[in-house]
Amino acid sequence: MAPTPPPVGSRPRLLDMTHVEKVFGGDVVALRDMNLAVNEGDFISLLGPSGCGKSTALRLISDLIHPTSGSIRWVGGQHGSDDLGVVFQEPTLMPWATVAQNVWLPFRLKGKTYASVKDEILEALKLVGLEKFQNAYPRELSGGMKMRVSIARAMVTKPRLILMDEPFAALDEITRFKLNNDLLELKAKIGCTVIFVTHSVFESVFLSDRIVVMAARPGRVIRELTVDAPYPRHEDFRTSAEYAAFCRETSDALHIAIGEAA
Amino acid sequence: MTIADPATNVPPIRDEEELARARTAHIHRVAKWTLPSLVMVLTILAWHLYVTIAEVPHYILPGPVLVAQKMVEDWALLWPAMIVTSRLTLLALAMAVVGGVALAVAFTQSKWAEMSFFPYAVILQVTPVIAVAPLLQVYVESAFVAALLCAWIVAFFPILSNTTIGLKSADHNLSDLFTIYGATRWQRLRYLAAPSALPFFLGGLKIAGGLALIGAVVAEFVIGRAGTGLGLASTLLEASYRFNFGRLYAALILISLMGVLIFAVMSLISHLSLRKWHESAIKRE
Repeated sequence: MAPTPPPVGSRPRLLDMTHVEKVFGGDVVALRDMNLAVNEGDFISLLGPSGCGKSTALRLISDLIHPTSGSIRWVGGQHGSDDLGVVFQEPTLMPWATVAQNVWLPFRLKGKTYASVKDEILEALKLVGLEKFQNAYPRELSGGMKMRVSIARAMVTKPRLILMDEPFAALDEITRFKLNNDLLELKAKIGCTVIFVTHSVFESVFLSDRIVVMAARPGRVIRELTVDAPYPRHEDFRTSAEYAAFCRETSDALHIAIGEAA
Repeated sequence: MTIADPATNVPPIRDEEELARARTAHIHRVAKWTLPSLVMVLTILAWHLYVTIAEVPHYILPGPVLVAQKMVEDWALLWPAMIVTSRLTLLALAMAVVGGVALAVAFTQSKWAEMSFFPYAVILQVTPVIAVAPLLQVYVESAFVAALLCAWIVAFFPILSNTTIGLKSADHNLSDLFTIYGATRWQRLRYLAAPSALPFFLGGLKIAGGLALIGAVVAEFVIGRAGTGLGLASTLLEASYRFNFGRLYAALILISLMGVLIFAVMSLISHLSLRKWHESAIKRE
């Protein structure tokens, strides 16, 4: 069994967002005064309605866009690209490359040959249960399997932080539950930090130990909740009274977020 | 109802509908080849009958027998001519590929280059090559180079425009991913833009193949045998001056065959490059 991460309050700091603001086109405030302290081992969900700036926050953290004001600081200096893995809502695989070649991509862009990282690639594929499909092309896989490849690619470099932007939103519920379970197992195995964007209360409660509830227009954080149910969490957690209570609390916070926006 | 035991050898179950579907598929496979062949045989037969019954003089319309005869008789003349035309066509196509792809890459690497030069690429394309050919003949000393330029101008635009669109069509999220992983310009071009562009480029190549032949024929017509030696189109033109319609038709058929061959080869290249991953090349159930 994987070691249980230390409680939320006592983990070392990974990344600090302080007073981060992002304005598009001069007057569209995508994100207002966001403060977020990300600790090593956290599973943070950004939960909120469309337009609440949760995807903007991810793009800011991944350095694709830069804050209008405020700062995003990695503890221990500027992050190298090895520190970050990203999973998008779409699997975003290269259709012309096999599963193994797709997982190779982060290494390949670092100039590493396939042979030199073959073991890491196969290990990542084994972790997501796709080692038998390493030579398949993405079009031969189901939606859930493609997403697993995408996850394998994000974690193959063993990054400190993995950003996930509604990765399971387009999948059916059975596949989504399965991938939720698998994601928690994976996270426990490789011990990374995850920031997970979703608009599902149930998903956020099941997965995370911290939920950041956000509101739209302008995008901002309105509340942070802690889900202090211990990991590992399994199917039985999904049906527990504790889970239901957390969901109710989160749902109430989300309603306030939506109400405030309206 | 019984549940079939997977261990025992159960004969495949096909209902009436499946059988009918299999029959139709089989008929379609056969008809795909037999029908066009039949149409061709009937056309040649009708042509022959018309020429014989209506006693059409051979300098108006030669019969298929005469054309076949000429094809054999003049083979010593036609075959070298076909080599000449093929060489011009393939050389022009090769230059179109190199030039079109190089320019497309330049356009996608530099917005300034695209803004400055793309309009002129369009102008080059929309100006009818037949109107430019006489000028080329005047300004370019070597008639062969003039003919080559003529065929190249026609063939290169579809490659340029298709490849440019293709290079820009990479998935945006993938492009973001490349940024996050700190990809260099070259890596982005090599691993993302180029594979994304491949289906577009191959589409352009198919069109360019046919256009290179058209360009070569136009060049031979306008610039004549001086530049290229006696090609098929020059042979055709000369035959028409001499009312040697048998030879004219023989040359025409060979040009047509060349066009078909080029198209077939381009289609094969396209299929082989894309069959593993691109929707256009994948057989569906």
